[in-house]
Amino acid sequence: MADAAPYSYPHRHLLGIEGLAPGEISALLDLSESYVEQSRRDDKKVAVLKGRTVINVFFETSTRTRTSFELAGKRLGADVINISPDISAIKKGETLLDTALTLNAMRPDLLVVRHPESGAVQLLAEKVDGAVINAGDGWHEHPTQALLDALTIRRRLGGLTGLTVAICGDIMHSRVARSNIHLFNAMGTRVRVVAPPTLMPAEVDRFGVEAFHDMRAGLDGVDIVMMLRLQTERMQGSFVPSVREYFHFFGLDARKLAAARPDALVMHPGPMNRGVEIDSDVADDIHRSLIQEQVEMGVAVRMACLDLLTRKLQSNRAEAA
Amino acid sequence: MTKRTALINARLLDPAARLDAPGGILIEDGRIAARGPEVTAGSAPEGAAVIDCNGACAAPGLVDMRVQLGEPGGEHKETIDSGSLAAAAGGVTAVVALPNTSPVIDDVNVVEFIARRAREVRRVKMFAYGALTRGLKGERLTELGMLKDAGALAFTDGLRAVSSARVMRRALSYAQAFDALIVQHPEEPELAQGGVVTEGEIATRLGLPGIPAIAEAMMIQRDLGLVELTGGRYHAAHVTTAQGLALIRRAKREGWRVTCDTAPHYFALNETAIGEYRTFGKVSPPLRPEADRRAVVEALADGAIDAIASDHDPQDQESKRLPFADAEPGIVGLESLLPLSLELYHNGHMPLLDVMEKLTCGPADLLGLPLGRLAPGAPGDVVVFDPEIPARIDVDAFRSKSRNSPFDRRPVQGRVLRTVVDGRTVFEAG
Repeated sequence: MADAAPYSYPHRHLLGIEGLAPGEISALLDLSESYVEQSRRDDKKVAVLKGRTVINVFFETSTRTRTSFELAGKRLGADVINISPDISAIKKGETLLDTALTLNAMRPDLLVVRHPESGAVQLLAEKVDGAVINAGDGWHEHPTQALLDALTIRRRLGGLTGLTVAICGDIMHSRVARSNIHLFNAMGTRVRVVAPPTLMPAEVDRFGVEAFHDMRAGLDGVDIVMMLRLQTERMQGSFVPSVREYFHFFGLDARKLAAARPDALVMHPGPMNRGVEIDSDVADDIHRSLIQEQVEMGVAVRMACLDLLTRKLQSNRAEAA
Repeated sequence: MTKRTALINARLLDPAARLDAPGGILIEDGRIAARGPEVTAGSAPEGAAVIDCNGACAAPGLVDMRVQLGEPGGEHKETIDSGSLAAAAGGVTAVVALPNTSPVIDDVNVVEFIARRAREVRRVKMFAYGALTRGLKGERLTELGMLKDAGALAFTDGLRAVSSARVMRRALSYAQAFDALIVQHPEEPELAQGGVVTEGEIATRLGLPGIPAIAEAMMIQRDLGLVELTGGRYHAAHVTTAQGLALIRRAKREGWRVTCDTAPHYFALNETAIGEYRTFGKVSPPLRPEADRRAVVEALADGAIDAIASDHDPQDQESKRLPFADAEPGIVGLESLLPLSLELYHNGHMPLLDVMEKLTCGPADLLGLPLGRLAPGAPGDVVVFDPEIPARIDVDAFRSKSRNSPFDRRPVQGRVLRTVVDGRTVFEAG
């Protein structure tokens, strides 16, 4: 890996973190660093993706992630189009593969896809000529979120190896948790997961993580506390009895955070449910909370992903020609 | 004039008689007139069609107790015509169709429709289950007695578990007036709700909703309690877990009237066949971990499982080329039933005769069908096959209208050479 070309990324798509080599993850993060600097300039735009078409296809509503990708594409000079189920034929019974073929006929260079079903983005990727970035598929993966989390940590603490991260909340239904677990495992970061047993996926210990059902025990001595969002419909008696009980035992407040290292940092992929999984005092503590920084890193990471996948696409096309 | 066919120079396999010996079979007017070493080219009566098996095995035609034929209502996936072609090519001479058709087989007319279509097609024998409850809704019993008189072999809600203990109790109780068999899809539906794979490491990695494997044993346990209460006759379809099989084994030791079957995918595959969301590996109940697969093999060998059924469930491309959770479950199985079952013999788990028992007299006996044997007087239904010849499962060569098999390109040993129904050859390998 060491003597490979800078920013080497050998895959056509970015469908998940699972299976990426540590060097590939580092390459993505290294390139992201340069885009952080660029995004802080007055002139944020470069022409790396000039003439390229990026289509954001969101089968599930999202403002943050879609906007982040849109901004990333535009800062690289690409033409960016957003398609969401409301304005497409998806709701008229068109299948996912029909949609894929229709989109493919528009000859996009990159497709950014979010879908409520696990595996759906991979299925779509098999049917298109361009590169596909998974912007979240069901409970499966959300690779750019894990990358932006890693970049945020790396910039603040100088690296990932040897740190201990506690991922807390609805692990079972979380693609963010899965992608982060794969990434931290690859980079030598110790991972704990903290959740009520009903929100802990089966055999989670097989993924090289330590599982806890108690926040204080799980947070004991950790460097990073990463909170996950809990969807409203899951906290009204189905998975947990009430919001009140959930916040009492699993919500992050200053009292529970005291179990972590004194300088421990707090992260959240957003959007936050204040008073459900996280207390406002903690979320808004500028010394502890990385939440705003995560959003900024999101754009840079997505620029790096779009850039690297385009380079790969270009070299594939050159080889084919 | 009497029509005679003599199959000579075969290795006779008649599991019902525990016979594995060289010989021939003479079929007269559709029924077996003689079988044994005395049936030879020389002894065949004048005018008999003589078929030389060249040393291949001749066994009773397979009885597949669990298939879906698509007709009526799902003709784009399979028809009685295409399904019976697939059956004949697979060495299957009798199939029993599930009632989850459209309309549902919960009425005498639908039973009669299937019987009539089978007569028109005139290839393999076709029987049907009656629905246990009207519209398969799990609420009100169908007219079990009248359906049975019309030809329904046994009763089941097909792919749906009978969820209500009260309904199941009444069914097991009432069915005894007609000595009818009740067949359950053993999966606790509340626990299984929304699940598409077996709960565990693979489900967690893929981010797919899981069904805890215990959902099977829970339902069998409940039903066995009702069997004890009522004395009814109960069959658990496609049993797939070690715990479920342990319960069946214990019930048999108690002497209860309990039987079960499994399907090839539960002993020839485990959950890793799903790979990265391969929907051809999606089936209900879901594929299980390796330990359960081995338990199924063991239960076939020790007799806890009575029958192997193909669980033939044809699905078209549109039903499978979807995100995993949205895809229909089901594996097309008629044409791979024999070679996959023969793996049990080739891998040294079971003698050949025992494998054939699970495919012939095993299912026939528990359904009360006078099939699956080579005894004189029995219907002249025979499969001639070579159990050793190397082959590959090839879905492109399937006669079925659907291609949804996770076994495509799998190397196997064994090939059907000829299928005979009532003395008529309905399939001959090219």
